[in-house]
Amino acid sequence: MTTTPAIELTGLTKSYGDHAVLSGVDLSVAPGTVLALLGANGSGKTTTVKILSTLLRTDGGTATVHGHDVATAHGEVRASISLTGQFAAVDEVLTGRENLVLVAKLRHLDDAGGIADELLARFELADAAGRRVATWSGGMRRRLDIAMSLIGDPPVLFLDEPTTGLDPQSRIEVWATVRELVGQGTTVLLTTQYLDEAEHLADRIAILHEGRIIAEGTLAELQQLLPPAEVEYVEKQPTLEDVFLAIVGHDGSSEQEADR
Amino acid sequence: MTAAVLRDTATLSKRSLRHVLRSPDTIITTAVTPVAMLLLFVYVFGSAIDVGGGRYVDYLLPGVLLITVASGIAYTAFRLFTDVSGGLFERFRSMPIARSAVLWAHVLTSVVANLLALALVVLVAVAMGFRTGAGVLAWLAVLGILVLFTLALTWLAVVPGLTARSVDGVSGFSYPLVFLPFISSAFVPTDGMPGPVRWFAENQPVTPIVGTIRSLFAERPVGDDGWLAVAWCVGLLLVAYALAMSTYRRKTG
Repeated sequence: MTTTPAIELTGLTKSYGDHAVLSGVDLSVAPGTVLALLGANGSGKTTTVKILSTLLRTDGGTATVHGHDVATAHGEVRASISLTGQFAAVDEVLTGRENLVLVAKLRHLDDAGGIADELLARFELADAAGRRVATWSGGMRRRLDIAMSLIGDPPVLFLDEPTTGLDPQSRIEVWATVRELVGQGTTVLLTTQYLDEAEHLADRIAILHEGRIIAEGTLAELQQLLPPAEVEYVEKQPTLEDVFLAIVGHDGSSEQEADR
Repeated sequence: MTAAVLRDTATLSKRSLRHVLRSPDTIITTAVTPVAMLLLFVYVFGSAIDVGGGRYVDYLLPGVLLITVASGIAYTAFRLFTDVSGGLFERFRSMPIARSAVLWAHVLTSVVANLLALALVVLVAVAMGFRTGAGVLAWLAVLGILVLFTLALTWLAVVPGLTARSVDGVSGFSYPLVFLPFISSAFVPTDGMPGPVRWFAENQPVTPIVGTIRSLFAERPVGDDGWLAVAWCVGLLLVAYALAMSTYRRKTG
């Protein structure tokens, strides 16, 4: 395929003082796919996302998002993206609905109220919509945070550790949302520390280590980097997650469904 | 472009005004210290202070109004700090909205919140016997000076709001501002102060601002104090604005 990448980074460098965080990152994400950026804390994942969302300047190299250069076309890049940062960036004093209306108005959309109601229903937040977000649980805030990011249907979405600190059910809900978005053609760049999250969600996985991408490919391609698997017979125990989800009565709307 | 700036500023101002309206305690807390000073000085120390005739509460009120603003802007810094530390600031910055709108919304909200607190303090002063025959124009002049002063201190408050690492750091910066009026003609005439203190008191911004407001309330000509007060306010405003903008640019790279 010869489609232009939705996100492309070439030789991206960034340092804070003497400390080099990114020392030449090359990466390309095809439209409508999910790329998971894996790396330990401090490996530069968040820095990369901040550069791509115009919050930080690069020291060197180029980055384009949806065909726009992040260094020169701030306005165009911002109009094409949404950022969901590491911590749910929601207004706790406002109600859930007011948060959504606020973002819709800032994106200059007509019928901000209608957009808010549609998202509240889609994210199963309608019951709490009129309550101040300060009273919401962490999982609900995260869903609201993501809902706020979807307003205006940006073609590119950055999710910086979207499920850190979430309970297993909320995590599965977030995964389902991401899959649905990608099904509609959104490009997602996701950072995570959870390897299973990358396995479940990503079309391609890139591993960021000491400021460089040291491996990149599909899960199968990455698995081939290791010696071929040996066949062993192991009694299959349910994981703790399976047990947890089964006994709390998870409704199984996702393909992660626990065996019953 | 300009229309978008105005629209975004209005949207964001409405949002932060909601914050103020949903926590009216911030207005009351802002007014508590100034009101306590009014009570303390009028009913306790006032009888020992000679201001050359006239009610002491009339003499005292202008200085207390400046203290009200100085304590009110701590909440401005706090609201901005909450946005920065909670990630909303970055969310707004990554959206296609006018950059200046984010700060201006906080500044306009600060002016409204401070005017509410000022009104509260004036009402208490009236209950304590403050009277003025000032006409509409004089009141508008007082309002104008207080708004200029609030804008100047608010832009100053933007700096800790953007840079503070903790809530304590946010509010700490306003203490010196609250105490500045003590070394001025706000509480007692400067005549009795020893040389260097008197020099400082007579040449710092609070004295001409307080003098101007006092004259306006007393229906006296403001004289040179008026120009000095406006010059100080505008000068402080320009310096504070430049400081705030350079902090903002540094912060946002």
